[in-house]
Amino acid sequence: MVSTHKYPEAMQKSIELVKETRTKRQGVEPKKMSLEEREEILKKFHPDYKEGVKRPVLIGSNKDDLMSNEVADLLESEPLINVEDIDLSRIDYDVDILLIGGGGAGIIASLWAHYSGIDLENILLVTKLRLGDSNSKMSQGGIQAAVTPDDSPAIHYIDAIGGGHFTNKPEIVETLVKNAPEIIAWHEKLGVIYDKHEDGTFLLNPGGGTSKDRLLSCKDYTGLEIVRVIMDEFRNTEIPFLEFTSAVELLMDEEGKAAGAILYDMETKEYFVARSKATILATGGFGRLHIQDFPTTNHYGATADGLVLAYRAGAKLRDLDAVQYHPTGSAYPEQIVGLLCTEKLRGMGAQPVNKNGELFVHPLEPRDVESAVLLRECYEKGNGLETPTGMIGLWLDIPMIDILNGVGTIEERFSAMFIKYKRFDIDITEDPVLVFPTIHYQNGGVEINKQTETNVPGLFAAGEVTGGVHGKNRLMGNSILDYNVFGKIAGINASEYAKKIKIGKLTLDHVKNWKKTMEGEGITTRRKAPMLLPEYRGEKTLSRLKEYL
Amino acid sequence: MTESEEQGVDGLRVRVFVIGREYKVPQGLTIMKAMEYAGYQFIRGAGCRGGFCGACGTVYRLENDYKLKFGLACQTTVEDGMYLAVLPFTPAEKAIYDIEKLHPSKTVLLEYYPEIAKCVSCNTCSKACPQELKVMDFVQAALKGDIEKVAHLSFDCIQCGLCAMRCPVGIVPYHIAQLARRLYARYISKPSPIVLLRIKELKEGKFDSEFEKLLSMKLEELKQLYEKVEMEE
Repeated sequence: MVSTHKYPEAMQKSIELVKETRTKRQGVEPKKMSLEEREEILKKFHPDYKEGVKRPVLIGSNKDDLMSNEVADLLESEPLINVEDIDLSRIDYDVDILLIGGGGAGIIASLWAHYSGIDLENILLVTKLRLGDSNSKMSQGGIQAAVTPDDSPAIHYIDAIGGGHFTNKPEIVETLVKNAPEIIAWHEKLGVIYDKHEDGTFLLNPGGGTSKDRLLSCKDYTGLEIVRVIMDEFRNTEIPFLEFTSAVELLMDEEGKAAGAILYDMETKEYFVARSKATILATGGFGRLHIQDFPTTNHYGATADGLVLAYRAGAKLRDLDAVQYHPTGSAYPEQIVGLLCTEKLRGMGAQPVNKNGELFVHPLEPRDVESAVLLRECYEKGNGLETPTGMIGLWLDIPMIDILNGVGTIEERFSAMFIKYKRFDIDITEDPVLVFPTIHYQNGGVEINKQTETNVPGLFAAGEVTGGVHGKNRLMGNSILDYNVFGKIAGINASEYAKKIKIGKLTLDHVKNWKKTMEGEGITTRRKAPMLLPEYRGEKTLSRLKEYL
Repeated sequence: MTESEEQGVDGLRVRVFVIGREYKVPQGLTIMKAMEYAGYQFIRGAGCRGGFCGACGTVYRLENDYKLKFGLACQTTVEDGMYLAVLPFTPAEKAIYDIEKLHPSKTVLLEYYPEIAKCVSCNTCSKACPQELKVMDFVQAALKGDIEKVAHLSFDCIQCGLCAMRCPVGIVPYHIAQLARRLYARYISKPSPIVLLRIKELKEGKFDSEFEKLLSMKLEELKQLYEKVEMEE
């Protein structure tokens, strides 16, 4: 096999060191850190704690709250539309439930709206790209659900709260963990293929920061499998939807209720008025803002559009000072820099190893802690390996999985990882892969309660766009669970709400007022938002983060 | 070829022909990044950019070669003299069904997709698959009514639709496989009994008092409990 791999000579030497130390490392795990040790390393090495990377936002319901610079900039942007150009007397779509976003949360919410008695013609889902294209589909490792006798929803709760450094909103964490078993049962009924033993019991793995083996998975295509099935169900149900159509502002009525959205056809560049009794925001996260120039694992559409829309309508946001960096994004080869190497690899035995072949951290610390230790290893200890294009990285020793679980395990249970590297002539059953932290998840977002209500009447939100459930750090496997649990609740509750209310006269005054407030605060900018698509034309498409420090 | 040439860091360029028009781009980029480098901004034809969503199925041909090749724009490295087009859409038909009303019979796949019977075993579908799946094998398994085999062989399908675009008799392997996988999980593989048990416990309020305690706990107390739980592991 040695002759087939494509690592350059300069990296080969280090790979030999990794191979030499495998026997010595087998079954060895450094101790997990105490809460104090974790706090210290986060402060010193986590990118969120770097000086100058956050600032208080100048306007809106979170005025003076600290946020990542890129998020604050985005929120303090001019609208895309000219309010005067929009004729609100011409209603193009008139529905009970408008869903903005076609990933996991949006699709699931639309299904449950229909199950809750909303007729198909009164539901409309809009998505700026294709139906189903989302971070939901890309998640690999698994979904958490406390289903075994030695585990419990209470332990799941404690893990999630501790992993979030006790900053989560407790009552929605309770909702998350208590609804997990119902979601799994629903998936089984819909026809999701989970990894199982012959007798029907689940194959379970640990994740970073889980105290039990609680992760159910579908090989390393967990998100793909779940989204494929719910998309199929969505199409069979024949729920109306518009692809390549984004929402560019929310609509309000004169009483201050959310009342739909202004839609924008990405291809014909036309605007449409969609009036709706209830609006569900399911626009996903912000990875494509490339905070601090980090690469990202995220979908092309992850540009935080929902935050912008909700904020202008007066919604309260939270925890947007915390960015989730996944410890193991690919750092080589160049073509796949930033893409995810699932945490499930470490859950099944892969170890982070430095350029000398040394194991330097427990493989399953919570993500932010694990990332911070990797950054320390690169920059303080100088044990990272440089690639020919100037990226730096550490090894993730994947072959250890076959050593621990038997030859063939990697190919069988990590077929996504296997083919991702095979395309570049790297055999992950023989060689380690080079990794570096990469932006993975928007920990915070629009604040919701247990019913998925925001503080704006008629505006519901679910999935990555929301904040609170994960606090300032999400654990592996809680995001798939999040979009399922809260997507379902949003669909049900928005339907109940829509059955009761009437929409008054439509208005975009909140957008006009936004512009006035910007002027009043002296904010002059050429930035416009929502961003809709990231800008990668020309040199901007080349890999980021040649220099972090 | 040396390392630096492979990566294009010394300014080495390759010629790509995007929908017929020539651009010079750095070596070592994916087709997707090469098009962006050339000035394109994707609306269609870009999705996850990580090989998971199938939005960027691409047809290409190399100069002085008559054969058409297939790949994902986000996972395929550009080569010199590449003529390419990213598919904006695959207009393949999907059957509509209610999974609750189906039976995993030997003929159910044929009922919803009768064109399976027209398969001429040319293997063009497998050659087009960017996931390197044995597409023809699972189409043949579908013809024989072996739902489990279809589910197993098609599990890594990202539904890019290239197989359907290439099939000379109009079979839509990726939709057939979706139906087979759902049938397999719903009716053939064993359900997990423990999930239903846990749901029952939750409905009976088994964990309610524990949650009451957890939710009213002081922060210091909760932190101690967390450290204890983590150490027990």
